[in-house]
Amino acid sequence: MSTSFVPAVRRQGSLHAERRWALIVAYVSLVLASIVMLAPPFYMLLTSLKGSAEIADLSGNPWLLRNPTLENYAAIIGSSMFRGFFWNSIKVTVMVVAITMVVSVLAAFALARMKFWGSEFLATGIFLTYLVPDTLLFLPLYQIVGGLGLLDSTWGLVLVYPTLTVPFCTWIMIGYFASIPKELDEAALIDGANWAQMLWKIFIPVALPGIIAATIFAFTVSWAAFVYPTAFITRPDEMPLTIGVVSQLIRGDTFAWGQIMAGALLAALPPVVVYAFLMDYYIAGLTAGATKG
Amino acid sequence: MAQVTLRKIVKEYEGGVQAVKGIDLDIADHEFVVLVGPSGCGKSTTLRMIAGLEEISSGDISIGGNLVNDVPPRDRDIAMVFQNYALYPHMSVFDNMAFGLTLRKFPKDEIRRRVDNAARILDITPLLDRKPKALSGGQRQRVAMGRAIVRDLKVFLFHEPLSNLDAKLRVQVRTEIKKVHQTVKTTTIYVTHDQVEAMTLADRVVVMNHGIIEQVGPPQELYHHPATRFVAGFIGSPAMNFLPARVEDGAVHLHGGAVLPIPPNRRERYAPAVGRDLLFGIRPEHLTDQRLGLTNRADILITPEVIEPMGMETLVHFHLGEARDCCARIEPTVQAAPGVPLMLTVDMNNMHLLDAATGRVL
Repeated sequence: MSTSFVPAVRRQGSLHAERRWALIVAYVSLVLASIVMLAPPFYMLLTSLKGSAEIADLSGNPWLLRNPTLENYAAIIGSSMFRGFFWNSIKVTVMVVAITMVVSVLAAFALARMKFWGSEFLATGIFLTYLVPDTLLFLPLYQIVGGLGLLDSTWGLVLVYPTLTVPFCTWIMIGYFASIPKELDEAALIDGANWAQMLWKIFIPVALPGIIAATIFAFTVSWAAFVYPTAFITRPDEMPLTIGVVSQLIRGDTFAWGQIMAGALLAALPPVVVYAFLMDYYIAGLTAGATKG
Repeated sequence: MAQVTLRKIVKEYEGGVQAVKGIDLDIADHEFVVLVGPSGCGKSTTLRMIAGLEEISSGDISIGGNLVNDVPPRDRDIAMVFQNYALYPHMSVFDNMAFGLTLRKFPKDEIRRRVDNAARILDITPLLDRKPKALSGGQRQRVAMGRAIVRDLKVFLFHEPLSNLDAKLRVQVRTEIKKVHQTVKTTTIYVTHDQVEAMTLADRVVVMNHGIIEQVGPPQELYHHPATRFVAGFIGSPAMNFLPARVEDGAVHLHGGAVLPIPPNRRERYAPAVGRDLLFGIRPEHLTDQRLGLTNRADILITPEVIEPMGMETLVHFHLGEARDCCARIEPTVQAAPGVPLMLTVDMNNMHLLDAATGRVL
């Protein structure tokens, strides 16, 4: 009895020690990662709360805030140009998200459920297009957008952003739809549903977490896009936030750092809010896509 | 009228694999027919072809006298209960049951009346506002049946509906399915791999194997008069014992030495089998310690290997000559022990003789 009992205690102790070490390593790694990730936005926040003089003063510690002020925020929010950038970003993002979700949900439903000749090849092809970086695509797309007369127009962005968002969202949705049991469509078919009713009444409600995840992705890509608007937009009244803040607040070699940082933080606010409220759906949606796709 | 007729139904997949090899079956109005067989026998494919979820490669399927080969599932007047329930997870129990009626634009009060009626039959009225995730397995299965009942259709199809339930619940839901059929009397086709379900539920059992129908008949007929070795071995638990044998001089000579006299009324029937390689088939309950009242019996001495007390009976496993894992049912009061020789009696009135080459029962 005693000989078998002693090793059991040792084993439990060693497991306990292993777990403690694993936790220590995890905590240290997470703290380091958090510092690396959060240092830039924290520095942005500090800079946005400083006046021009304090920013220009290189003698003090740049990580300390001596005379906090909201003047940069007031200037940005009071600027009709900034409000214009904000409105352009909202307009483009809402339309891109709507187009993306309609196209990718329909495409994913067809590819995941309506097995037809070449559907698997198409599904792989869609994902492969996502792997082509936008820095390679903007030159040919410039020709296309220019040919359509949509340069210097937010409509040009509405046209090209889905080339970034549709492939990935379709891929997420294929994975999500594939995780829905086949018997559910068969039950719906027997109950009398046609394909459209099956999609609208069964698949979309059941796949809501996946749809929310795809929506968040499309929103983030569209809201944060930089390369395409830089290439296609030069008129300030058509600029979205990402390039508006940078291009209008840097005059020659004069950088309005305080306002740039305030503008960047305000621009980052909508995605932060969206992620904060819908994070669980986002993770659930991505996980389904990853395991079943 | 909702008879179902299958004529020379074939299902061939890509690569020439035939899951169903030209079966014929007539199911009468109000009948409860169970398709039973091992995995890959073609029973599920047959059911799915009747439902319209699987295209048929050739042959004809008629429901209620109408050819439905090219009719989509929604227009076949059928309902199906799936193994994993297939309830819509985002809808309440009421909406799940009402879905088919809503799609067909039934008036709201008619939908309410039908759902309430089905819920009463299935005793799920208090659950109507719940979502499927808040139900137990048995309750989900009843909702799935409710979805079928509300539509007042020609044919109910059940695809292994009890497979996801635990043993106790399975017996309970099985009884409920039988009660529901006795109440609504809709023609029912039920697929299972469990021969106990088949025997207890069916008016007629269809035993399938390798894409063909081995035998069709009422449960008792299949049990007592199997047509093939497959049916004899598949129906009944524990399975029938098969012992290599020959017939000579009015008796069965088992390989290994035992000689069992054939009942006089069967001698003529087995006369053509003299000298052929045969299998002697006997069910465990006809290989027992009970001797009283048996008019034609033969005794054999066996050495038990494993004893399984079941409470109301005891199963004795042994091997006899070349036949491994033979089984006998004895009274629980009999003192049997592994390795201790035991005298058993064979009830020769319930013997079967099979052709060893063809597997046909003689």
